[in-house]
Amino acid sequence: MDLRTTYMGLNLRSPIVVSACTLSEEVGNIVQMEDAGAGAVVLFSLFEEQVKKEAAQYETIVRTTSNLFAEASDFFPDLDLYHKGSDQYLENIRRAKERVQIPVIASLNGTTNEGWIHYARQMEQAGADGLEINIFFIPGDVHLSTAAVEHRYLNIIDEVKNTVKIPVAVKLNPYFSAMGNMAKRMQEYGANALVLFNRFYQPDFDINKLSLLHDLHFSEPAEIKLPLLWIALLYGRVPVSLAATTGVQSAIEVIKYILAGADVAMTASALYKNGIGYLKTMNKELEAWMLTREFDSIDAFKGVMSQQHISDPTSYERANYIRILESRK
Amino acid sequence: MPVNNKQIATIDGNEAAAHVAYRVNEVCAIYPITPSSNMAELADEWSAKGIKNIWGNVPDVIEMQSEGGAAGTVHGALQTGALTTTFTASQGLMLMLPNMYKIAGELTATVFHIAARSLAAQGLSIFGDHQDVMAARTTGFAILGSASVQEAHDLALIAQAATLRSRIPFMHFFDGFRTSHEVNKLELLTDEQVKKMIPDEFVFAHRSRAMNPDHPFIRGTAQNPDVYFQSRETVNSFYDATPLIVENMMREFEELTGRKYELFQYSGAPDAKYVTVIIGSGGETVAETVKALNASGEKTGVIQVRLYRPFSVEHFLTALPGSVESIAVLDRTKESGANGEPLYQDILAALVEGLQWGTLSKFPNVTGGRYGLSSKEFTPAMVKGIYDEMVKGKQAKNHFTIGINDDVTHTSLAYDESFTLDESEWRQALFFGLGADGTVGANKNSIKIIGENTELFAQGYFVYDSKKSGARTVSHLRFGPHPIRAPYLITRADFIACHQFNFTEKVEMLDFIKPGGTFLLNSPYSKEAVWDQLPGNVQKQIIDKKLLFYIIDATNVARDTGMSGRINTIMQTCFFALSGVLPKEEAIEQIKHAIEKTYSKKGKAVVEQNFKAVDAALEHLFEVKVPAKASSVSGMLAVVGNDAPAFVKEVTAMMMSGHGDELPVSKMSQDGTYPSGTTKWEKRNISDQVPAWDPDTCIQCGNCAYVCPHSVIRAKFYHEGFLKKAPEGFQSAPINSRGFPETKYTLQIYAEDCTGCNLCVEVCPAANPTDRSIKAINMADKEPDVEKIRKGIRFFEDLPWNNRSEINFSTVHGAQFLEPLFEFSGACAGCGETPYLKLLSQLFGDRLLVANATGCSSIYGGNLPTTPWTMNAAGQGPAWSNSLFEDNAEFGLGMRITADQQVAMAGGLLKQLAPQLGEAFVNDILNAPQLQESEIAEQRKRINELKEKLANIPDATAKHLLSVCEQLVHRSVWLVGGDGWAYDIGYGGLDHALASGRNINVLVLDTEVYSNTGGQSSKSTPTAASAKFASAGKRGGKKDLAMQAVSYGNVYVARIAFGANPQQTLLAMREAEAYNGPSLILAYSHCIAHGYDLKDGLTQQHNAVASGYWPLMRYNPVLRKKKQNPFILDSTRPVMPLKEFAYKELRYKVLTQTHPTEAEELMVLAQEMLNQRWKNYEELATKTASDFVPIA
Repeated sequence: MDLRTTYMGLNLRSPIVVSACTLSEEVGNIVQMEDAGAGAVVLFSLFEEQVKKEAAQYETIVRTTSNLFAEASDFFPDLDLYHKGSDQYLENIRRAKERVQIPVIASLNGTTNEGWIHYARQMEQAGADGLEINIFFIPGDVHLSTAAVEHRYLNIIDEVKNTVKIPVAVKLNPYFSAMGNMAKRMQEYGANALVLFNRFYQPDFDINKLSLLHDLHFSEPAEIKLPLLWIALLYGRVPVSLAATTGVQSAIEVIKYILAGADVAMTASALYKNGIGYLKTMNKELEAWMLTREFDSIDAFKGVMSQQHISDPTSYERANYIRILESRK
Repeated sequence: MPVNNKQIATIDGNEAAAHVAYRVNEVCAIYPITPSSNMAELADEWSAKGIKNIWGNVPDVIEMQSEGGAAGTVHGALQTGALTTTFTASQGLMLMLPNMYKIAGELTATVFHIAARSLAAQGLSIFGDHQDVMAARTTGFAILGSASVQEAHDLALIAQAATLRSRIPFMHFFDGFRTSHEVNKLELLTDEQVKKMIPDEFVFAHRSRAMNPDHPFIRGTAQNPDVYFQSRETVNSFYDATPLIVENMMREFEELTGRKYELFQYSGAPDAKYVTVIIGSGGETVAETVKALNASGEKTGVIQVRLYRPFSVEHFLTALPGSVESIAVLDRTKESGANGEPLYQDILAALVEGLQWGTLSKFPNVTGGRYGLSSKEFTPAMVKGIYDEMVKGKQAKNHFTIGINDDVTHTSLAYDESFTLDESEWRQALFFGLGADGTVGANKNSIKIIGENTELFAQGYFVYDSKKSGARTVSHLRFGPHPIRAPYLITRADFIACHQFNFTEKVEMLDFIKPGGTFLLNSPYSKEAVWDQLPGNVQKQIIDKKLLFYIIDATNVARDTGMSGRINTIMQTCFFALSGVLPKEEAIEQIKHAIEKTYSKKGKAVVEQNFKAVDAALEHLFEVKVPAKASSVSGMLAVVGNDAPAFVKEVTAMMMSGHGDELPVSKMSQDGTYPSGTTKWEKRNISDQVPAWDPDTCIQCGNCAYVCPHSVIRAKFYHEGFLKKAPEGFQSAPINSRGFPETKYTLQIYAEDCTGCNLCVEVCPAANPTDRSIKAINMADKEPDVEKIRKGIRFFEDLPWNNRSEINFSTVHGAQFLEPLFEFSGACAGCGETPYLKLLSQLFGDRLLVANATGCSSIYGGNLPTTPWTMNAAGQGPAWSNSLFEDNAEFGLGMRITADQQVAMAGGLLKQLAPQLGEAFVNDILNAPQLQESEIAEQRKRINELKEKLANIPDATAKHLLSVCEQLVHRSVWLVGGDGWAYDIGYGGLDHALASGRNINVLVLDTEVYSNTGGQSSKSTPTAASAKFASAGKRGGKKDLAMQAVSYGNVYVARIAFGANPQQTLLAMREAEAYNGPSLILAYSHCIAHGYDLKDGLTQQHNAVASGYWPLMRYNPVLRKKKQNPFILDSTRPVMPLKEFAYKELRYKVLTQTHPTEAEELMVLAQEMLNQRWKNYEELATKTASDFVPIA
């Protein structure tokens, strides 16, 4: 069975990709992911502000513990070898690249133009096969126009693409007035892939403590519908690689996404729940399904349920919604 | 970098010595002790990095449990043929003495490198003199003394070369701090030069003498009267040969390097009449002063002693000019009761021998004097004073002191303090900063930049006050075209920078600036407004001395350039621009070059950010137009209030204001006894942000008062009637406990004593119902009106403390109402140790005896000028003492034994006097229960009554009883110290004290590392954490001291963490005290050595417990006796993995990057260890009484 697929120009042995998560903070886990059959690994995200905060914290700790009193000129050995800020992330890329054959995709979450450019370049130099830029931005400013928000996304893509030669994927949110057009423009600005979708932090309240609740749940299979819709709509219309990244708990969601037109389906929560070895199960189940359906390759069923290929394209659009509502009467 | 093909470095004396020692040894066995620790740390660091010695091997560096242990290891390594060294000082050297006799007696080649330091006598001192080395002069070690940083480097090699040839072990020493910590520019020895001095044949010879089962022999026999004496005399020829060997090595060294040394190095007039003899860094000062005196026509000279043992009379007499009429021998040591100090006596003996031999034709006038104890300044002015005295011939004062005012036994020489040498070729700069503002670091960096990138020579020396939080630092920097030989502080600076504006009203810094000098002030005020903010005397000095006055708002510039808090870079730039050390353009170029070098790895953005800060600093540096007249009427702040006791005003305040050097002998305590509770007079005002109490939101839980490390938050409840006289702004709230009508509660903030640590805010559980961002206690800008603050505090202090008998000691809420008798210490902001001590003082302070091991707690607990252990209104409070580092358990046990002995004695005397005192009264005293606070109060009443009765009985028995009857109020004996003491150096004694069964209480403030000396690993350091001497991660497990103590069965044991479970902490301390036997409490203490912002200290304590890393437990033998399970696990099962706790701390995190593979492996191991220990504890908690050791 041929599980190979191509994602933003990278050849993958499986369409199941590990999405950015803390599991990839340890190189040993990345090796396990390869052993279990991952097509590629998107590394955990480097958050620019986190890097800066850590660097500032480190600087403060060192400054406030150095030459503090006569008996102790400092407290920590080997600090000259301590990699602050992005160094550790870059070192992880290097070490991962040394130990695995599958593509290693770095993930960057910047806050400033300078940061996007600086860290993207560093990641490429460290050996990343691709770069996923994770634009985590809630336009809470009521004075910020739609155009300005869109421009911000496109500007980041432009800056990063002008900086690196490795393929660039954009992980984005679905909340654009014209999602389809936005996807097209992102591709025109150079995005090699779109990752649908980012899950935003949406706070809840604790009504007893009058405080925010900060819990973040794993995505559920039920959540796949929105990305499924947009992948199916974008497939074939915008010449860009598509990755699905919400609600993938088993091979079933992988299959659905590929049917919609995704090149790859990404998961992290399935691995948190079932262990890294679960990738093996997912690949096996995917193969089993393909065997049953007599698909001998990923390409053979990629996009067959997309808006382009489906016999009733209107089912993806408004008419379908009306039909559902009417059926409930 | 090489200058003129020479390898140049700008380093301190410790590094200079270690640089050689490391390269010529194979084994280093050490134990950290100030001021030598850095030598060992560097050796460890180099070893960890795989740096090789001259034979291509990486030396093995091992940290031992004590200096005694280090000496033993050195001895063993030497006996088996390794080239071995150690680094130590002071008490450390004392602990090595027994082995040193052995090593010397066995003619074993080694060099011990000593950063010479005072010995603890009437008080401990970390600073430099020769008491330690002189105390070791009888061991048979040769003694070679270095006077400068360059010499510390050079003589380290000469010592090594000589020991291998002579087989006599060497102490190579240099002055602690003055040389060990002075940064100076020097020429480094190359490996080739070192190799030439250490030919292989001597190394082979050393190895050939080693113990070897292939050629067995026995060494270390026990000898009888028939042969011991003769055997002792066999070594004589080796000692006889050593001076010549050393001299030859000096000649060889001179050929290799061009640097000339003599055993007794004479400098001065060839026909000098007045000659001093001195050893150590003071010799540099004398030699330079002699040059100046001779230039003005005087006939003076100095002999700098390099090889003190074996003492070569011949070499000394050869060095002494024949013209000499008077000799003054200067000793940097004190030998009470001796007829003069050691060097003086040796010189006298040498002169007598010279006369006997006929080498000397007449006996000169010889005097001896002491100088420079504990790094007391030794200046050219003092040197001149000594020569001036020598002119008096036979009338010259003998056994004199210089540099102090001895108005009791009148030993001190008067001298003209205004005398200075020609300093015109130097640029001298002083910097006044805080320990935490990076001033010292930036200055060290400046010296390196200038020393290593220009032809200029540079010298730096750094003075700290004795606080750990808000410590003031003064950096002394000199630059000049020639090597700088000036081991004394700057008193006439060309440039003074004040990095903290508030120092202008606290420190008289402009006393030290030359007329026409430059004064740079970090000022929040503009160049137009700053003048009016300065005290009158500062304005006057600026005008009178015609100073150039510059300001910069470094705090704002740092913030605006994204470098918040880092004023050091800004101020450093201004120094480069203004000081005139280098032309401005070159100076700025150099600083930018240095930035590029330091930060290039961090990326262009970081470099650019620093460049931006440099440029912004220059743009915001303004000269202030100095008015013709001073306008300010304000003066310097009063050091202490008028209400301070006389001793504090006359003595303590002098120390506090930096005038301690001026105190005469008569003002000093004769036996090291000082009054308790003096920190209260030192209002340091080190934090602009202090807690503000919101009475409406407060739930009066007492958590904030409980966790405050500096006893800055206190609570009382009182009748509302008191408020009638309350000053404006005094806050109160109705008490929220039931059954207290008309009662108010006040949480008082001692704002002037706050360090701004934030722990109180972090622990506060109450949030304002309408604005959740506001808690019941919040950090806010400090009230600018100090008098308003003080009025409030005075009113609060006048409110009566709540009756201890009516307070519920068993709750955190109740504990807040107990008066703390440990307050305002100099501990770090957010210290994790002091809350335990404060609680101890609250619970048992009025009857507390504390034996405190040396370490952080003895420094913030007992370092002059002010000390935090205080007393209550009745004059009762903790009696505190520090003996040594290693003996604290035994020291405390001694206190218990006295108490028990005197209680028994008092009991017997009471019985004898029962007819006069009344049988019932005596029985009441003897049988008084003293567990509850009310019972203690009752007993106090009885003892007071007893004292009154005894005073009226004219009988020796009554007098005896009167002298010991206070012991009848039960004394609570606590042995306090850190993990370095309990787990390492004092472990044997602690174990013995616990096994004694006596009623002692041990409180181990466990920071898991040597905090006081800079983060060296102890046996408490956890697996997977990085520390000095465990830089690749601690591989072994942390010793489970708790379970070791449990194994005795009769020891009460608790493991506590106040940040995780304050209630359990309280319970354990009370149970320990109540238990009539030995108790051991291990108290988790977060620390700056853990590497995170200490405001998160409580969270980290919580996480330490939640992860199972620090399981809270108690083992109570009382329960065992009651046939109940004595092992109580107070923690719930772990709810987070170890790494979630650990990786919030730099001590763990650093390893993930410096040694990632080891970090991963060790974290897995540490988790497994944790799991296994937890399992054991859980099992123990489910057992029955009979599963544990039965007790008598």
